[in-house]
Amino acid sequence: MIAGLAVALLALPNFVAPYFMHLLIQILLWGFVYTSWSIMGRFGFVSLGHGAFMGIGAYVPALLWNYAGLTPWIGIPVGIGFAVLLALIVGYPCFRLKVVGHYFALVTLALSQVVMLSIVAARDVTGGSLGFTPKAVGHSWYALQFPEKVYFYGISLALWFGGLAVWYWIDCGIGREALDAISEDEEAAGSVGINVIREKLRVTLISAALTALGGAIYGQYMMYLNPETVSGIAVSLQIVFAAIVGGTYAAVGPTVGALLTISLNEGLRVAFGTNFIGAANTIYGILLVLFIIFMPRGIVGMIQDAMKGSRRGKAVFYSAIRRPSSADQ
Amino acid sequence: MLSLAAISAGYGSFQVLFDVSLEVPRGEAVGVIGPNGAGKTTLMRVISGLVQRYTGAMRLDGRSIGGLPAHRIVERGIAHVPENRRLFPRLTVEDNLRIGAYLPRARRQCGGQLDRVYKLFPRLKDRREQLAGTLSGGEQQMCAIGRALMSDPKLLLMDEPSAGLAPLVVAQVFDLVHRIRAEGLTVLIVEQNVQQVLDVVDRAYLLEVGRIKLAGTSTELKGNDFIRKSYMGL
Amino acid sequence: MDIYLLEAIINGILLGGVLAVLALGLNLIFGVIDVVWIAYADLVMCGMYLIYYLNVELNWPLLLACAVAIAWVAALGVLVHVLIIAPILGSAPINQLLATGGLLFFLQSFATLLFGTDFRNIGVRLPIIELSGIYVSSARLLAFAVAVAGAIALYFFLRRTFVGTAIRAIAQDRDIVGLMGVDQRHIYLVTSAIGGALAGLAACLLILQYDVHPFIGNTFGPLIFMICVLGGLGDMIGGFVAAFVMSQIIAIGGYYFSTELSYVFAFTFFIVLMFVRPRGMFSR
Repeated sequence: MIAGLAVALLALPNFVAPYFMHLLIQILLWGFVYTSWSIMGRFGFVSLGHGAFMGIGAYVPALLWNYAGLTPWIGIPVGIGFAVLLALIVGYPCFRLKVVGHYFALVTLALSQVVMLSIVAARDVTGGSLGFTPKAVGHSWYALQFPEKVYFYGISLALWFGGLAVWYWIDCGIGREALDAISEDEEAAGSVGINVIREKLRVTLISAALTALGGAIYGQYMMYLNPETVSGIAVSLQIVFAAIVGGTYAAVGPTVGALLTISLNEGLRVAFGTNFIGAANTIYGILLVLFIIFMPRGIVGMIQDAMKGSRRGKAVFYSAIRRPSSADQ
Repeated sequence: MLSLAAISAGYGSFQVLFDVSLEVPRGEAVGVIGPNGAGKTTLMRVISGLVQRYTGAMRLDGRSIGGLPAHRIVERGIAHVPENRRLFPRLTVEDNLRIGAYLPRARRQCGGQLDRVYKLFPRLKDRREQLAGTLSGGEQQMCAIGRALMSDPKLLLMDEPSAGLAPLVVAQVFDLVHRIRAEGLTVLIVEQNVQQVLDVVDRAYLLEVGRIKLAGTSTELKGNDFIRKSYMGL
Repeated sequence: MDIYLLEAIINGILLGGVLAVLALGLNLIFGVIDVVWIAYADLVMCGMYLIYYLNVELNWPLLLACAVAIAWVAALGVLVHVLIIAPILGSAPINQLLATGGLLFFLQSFATLLFGTDFRNIGVRLPIIELSGIYVSSARLLAFAVAVAGAIALYFFLRRTFVGTAIRAIAQDRDIVGLMGVDQRHIYLVTSAIGGALAGLAACLLILQYDVHPFIGNTFGPLIFMICVLGGLGDMIGGFVAAFVMSQIIAIGGYYFSTELSYVFAFTFFIVLMFVRPRGMFSR
């Protein structure tokens, strides 16, 4: 079934108008970013600061391209490196000193805001709140710029699959049990010999790296960066919102969240134009609150729970969506 | 005054008390003895409203108190001195006592009640501005009892008042129970220290594994072979 | 000492006053209910908008508008607790945090819907005072004085009244306060109202000095969180002191560099302190 889906997705560009391509690319890219978040989010390591990594991932290659002519093929790994470094600098003391839960969430929240403020502060270089435009050179593999959407469709598709692959890799890996144990009871986990810090750091760095990568590709695709859209609190919360609403316990959950946020955005834009700036977020806000109260496992989680009743549905759905594990409720 | 009929209770699906019935007549002191884990503390918490019973009836002076939350039960006149004292560690002794008089009817008499408690426990008066967490075990117990008395209760529940205290202090605590009774208070004490408690109560119940196994006057129980062998080492 | 530096330091102290009020509110709520309202700064924003609306659009006297705003945000605080927090009090604390995150989204976008993204100002221009060569905004001075007064009032409320003592008690041992006749839910509501009122007070003080726009919460919100964590989440005195420490870093950093960079310094200081004292500067 996955093979069939893959073929369909690959063949899609031939049948679809550019406008829908654009939407699809957005869904795939944001889905990738949300999935990257949920790699750590699903274990209860809730970061409200992923906007920081996305922002760094987006701005660094763009800046290096404009000012140093450095190809994004090098620029992007540099950006990812910075993001990972930041995650390490902030994450290590947090994990070492048992900064968890509330404390951790607040620290990461402050982090994303600081990154955004830094971008704005360096306005001479980054353009500040007015945004930054990478120098356009038309179709170029060197610059990783492609006016034809098909290329980015392919890239984002690959990225999206990659994100799911990493998700599964962690889900099925030995580290998974350790992470489950840590999220249940950190002290107990530590006492049975699990290297809590190393495990948490590992999953955090992976998450940060992937998010940065997502930010980078997003920047390359949109050819315009703005601190508000790729970093800061709003983005961080949006990431959390989409992942939770979609459901963090299943690999495609965050992608469903992306489907929701992009369609909602587009729907509102089409229906109301610019008359109702802010309408989308208003609805996100209400939805997030409602979901936390009534459907904390998200849309996919809810479907999974409903499916548990039906045996046939269970077999088909589960094999396609996730591998059952001992953490299933 | 207090009557429990067929009380069953527990924590979620974990049942602790099975069909417990007991009576505390007005003006008397009643004890509940039994080993660790018998459910004595749960019994206290059910009576004071911290834990809701599954089934069974509880009445105070004829009026049902089953299903009431803790702050309502205090209103009706039952004060609970919790296991391990549970003072508010970063409040002063005086603040701990004053919070005991939180009830509207008790607030008005707060000053008077405070005097009464300080008369009963002069040591507390000396330490009134001290943080409760820094008191010795015995002083904390006095403070906890004082705090319960501040609401001017009809019935005082005491959960293992001798726990963790030096023998000398334990004697002081039980002497205290005598004095409180002399003031006309009805008391229900839960204790592991069987010898001491039987000397101070009029009647007692033996609670084992969540069920009442024996009941009788303290003299009867003191003479009971089973109790003597199992709980008094005789 | 360079007079401009002195000016910056003094301004830092004055700014610290308002931040301290917010830190007190957030710590109060956390200490009692064990939940962080991520949207706290946005409640302040709501208060600021109300004052703007009443004073500028409806021409109400400023003091009245401020008084109403304080009551209004206090009521919002209660609503937040009843509608968002209370239903999920039993679930993981992180859920409560995230739910208030949803509220943040909602408040910011709803404000955008109502007022647009322009900056609004109530147009009050209080004089600049000169004290031996140092120029200080009297608005700032007033804000500081009121903030300190508010903090003192809160102190006495918590120390001297029954409800205040109950609030302090519940923060130390939630389960047995019922035994003293304290209704837990009632205390939660009171605490939420006070937290809201403090936010409303901060709104009054901020609107005198700054423009309001829907995202103003993002400018000082993270700062307040850093302050609270720095002082120890739930530690009222710690938060109070930390507010002044941070505002000094920002004032001095802003003097030597730019405002945004000063935030970076503040954050760096914060992270470094995380290495040294993870439970807050004053952890025992």
